[in-house]
Amino acid sequence: MSRITGCFADLKARGRTALLPFITAGDPHPDLTVGFMHDLVEAGADIIELGVPFSDPMAEGPVIQRASERALQHHVSLYDVFGMVKAFRQTNHRTPVILMGYLNPVEVMGYGEFARNAADAGVDGILTVDVPPEESHDLILALRNAGLDAIYLAAPTSRRHRLEMIADATSGFIYYVSLKGVTGSANLVLEEVAAKLKEIREVTDMPLGVGFGIKDAHMAAAMAKIADAVVVGSALVSRIEANISKPDKIGAELKQLLQEMRTAMDAV
Amino acid sequence: MEKNESFMNMPDERGHFGPYGGIFVAETLMEALQELRQAYEKYLADPDFLAELDADLQHYVGRPSPVYHAERLSRENGGAQLYFKREDLNHTGAHKVNNTIGQALLAKRMNKTRIIAETGAGQHGVATATVAARLGLQCVVYMGEVDVARQEANVYRMRLLGAEVRPVTSGSRTLKDALNEAMRDWVATVDDTFYIIGTVAGPHPYPAMVRDFQTIIGREARQQMQEMSGGLPDALVACVGGGSNAIGLFHPFLDDKEVAIYGVEAAGEGLETGHHAAPLCAGESGVLHGNRTYLMEDKDGQIIETHSISAGLDYPGVGPEHAWLKDAGRVNYVAIDDQEALAAFHMLTRTEGIIPALESSHAVAYALQLAATMNPDQKVLVNLSGRGDKDMHTVAAIEGIEI
Repeated sequence: MSRITGCFADLKARGRTALLPFITAGDPHPDLTVGFMHDLVEAGADIIELGVPFSDPMAEGPVIQRASERALQHHVSLYDVFGMVKAFRQTNHRTPVILMGYLNPVEVMGYGEFARNAADAGVDGILTVDVPPEESHDLILALRNAGLDAIYLAAPTSRRHRLEMIADATSGFIYYVSLKGVTGSANLVLEEVAAKLKEIREVTDMPLGVGFGIKDAHMAAAMAKIADAVVVGSALVSRIEANISKPDKIGAELKQLLQEMRTAMDAV
Repeated sequence: MEKNESFMNMPDERGHFGPYGGIFVAETLMEALQELRQAYEKYLADPDFLAELDADLQHYVGRPSPVYHAERLSRENGGAQLYFKREDLNHTGAHKVNNTIGQALLAKRMNKTRIIAETGAGQHGVATATVAARLGLQCVVYMGEVDVARQEANVYRMRLLGAEVRPVTSGSRTLKDALNEAMRDWVATVDDTFYIIGTVAGPHPYPAMVRDFQTIIGREARQQMQEMSGGLPDALVACVGGGSNAIGLFHPFLDDKEVAIYGVEAAGEGLETGHHAAPLCAGESGVLHGNRTYLMEDKDGQIIETHSISAGLDYPGVGPEHAWLKDAGRVNYVAIDDQEALAAFHMLTRTEGIIPALESSHAVAYALQLAATMNPDQKVLVNLSGRGDKDMHTVAAIEGIEI
């Protein structure tokens, strides 16, 4: 059983919804990322999602675009990201780590080399935003061979036949993009998300994570009622951005927001 | 290649040109692309749609565009005879309108009420704003902040036409970033919005669809050359940024093996400086903007900034069909630097009274070099993809003149 699948099984037994924070690796400085990962675990993260910086992040809103640009000012590469996960794993063997990014850096490294390096570093799952299942055959093969989960997005626009295809391609959990738009957008409608999750559950038993547009503890708690995992990204990255001039404070800021979400979710 | 194999059967049903092309976008857009593919396949086989398209191309765009034998330039340059396919004479001043007319008619058939587009030099933005005005559709054009500054006249034209021009401030603030931003808009507005991509890049079906709307250039030219000169040209030359004017000219000639074909990329300050926009000549395979193709990228797979005097060629990728035609060896891809393009711009202007766009000047420059190595009884057909009115500020500034 993969670390991700084990994590969800364990949470289910305890009646708890996974809290899944996202930060961009290397934002605002590569030396800070591993510390932030530990802070997030301390504040109640069950799984950590690490964004791999890319020059052209087509699916991201302005907040995460700027995080990517800050990381790229330090030339953060995939190898650097593997190094961060390896450092995190020196003291944490329990919390699954997912890399979320775009295909081109992976393509340039080569699928096999990428998968081996990621697995060696202690990565558990890969979400490549711009690769739908149709174009994934070789990538999934490489990830499976290395024992990594391949995580795919489902969207409000995905109809039944696509949901089936996504469920077939995915292992670990399905990441439901809760609104039409880029990361950090507004206008999340709870009823619509609930209806779509129900539809996805008709084609799969896999855990369902919900992300895009979850900004505060209130929304996190509402999502915790209907999803197996709640992803929070732009709200955290905004805290990083607001404290760039005071990097010592960022860890505490991230912890505070995540703890609020954790408390609200656990009260559901 | 097998004797009976054609170069004209690409892509496959999933949008692949050999290893290139495909669909590399976030899940939210997958159904929209499927819907677009079905509409494109349906209407490109629908006689009513094609009749409306043909009528618009004739009466609104002014097609067919002429082929012009540049006798004086050919004489001055020496060597082969130079012919120009005059896409610069189209309404709005470039080949771009061939495609925007087609996609806008498709948008109307699909009941979309809002149109978005990306633009570099502004030609595609102007062509999109033009058809949106004519069809009464709301129009938003994304344009990198750098391009907004260097193509002021086109920005003003788009605004006159009723389009909203949104300057893009992310990344390198040029064409690639405008494309990113248009994609982000589309993800959020996919129900009522049609995204008119201006070149033969992007996810399937765009590379094939844009090509099919642009091959009118090559189909006309093939017939015109036979009527004018009694045969096919010995060589074709067109500039390649994303590659829509080039594929439009080349495609109907791909199986005419006796016709040599040259695609001209922007060498910027020179290929050896790294400051250029020539992914086919000096880049590597990768995935960007929805398709696999040749890209300008660094060792980590990050897209690098491009350099060209011409905003329309300032793009780090290229249409996937060009990537495939390069590997297949059917088209030769070469590069012309800023200085060579400028020299050709002046030469054509002074000898023929035709002011070409800086993009097209790259094709003219290579054609002059190529023709000089050929015989006077041979023919080189150049795609004059746009006119140079939009570049007056750029060229004047280089000469230290403020206008």
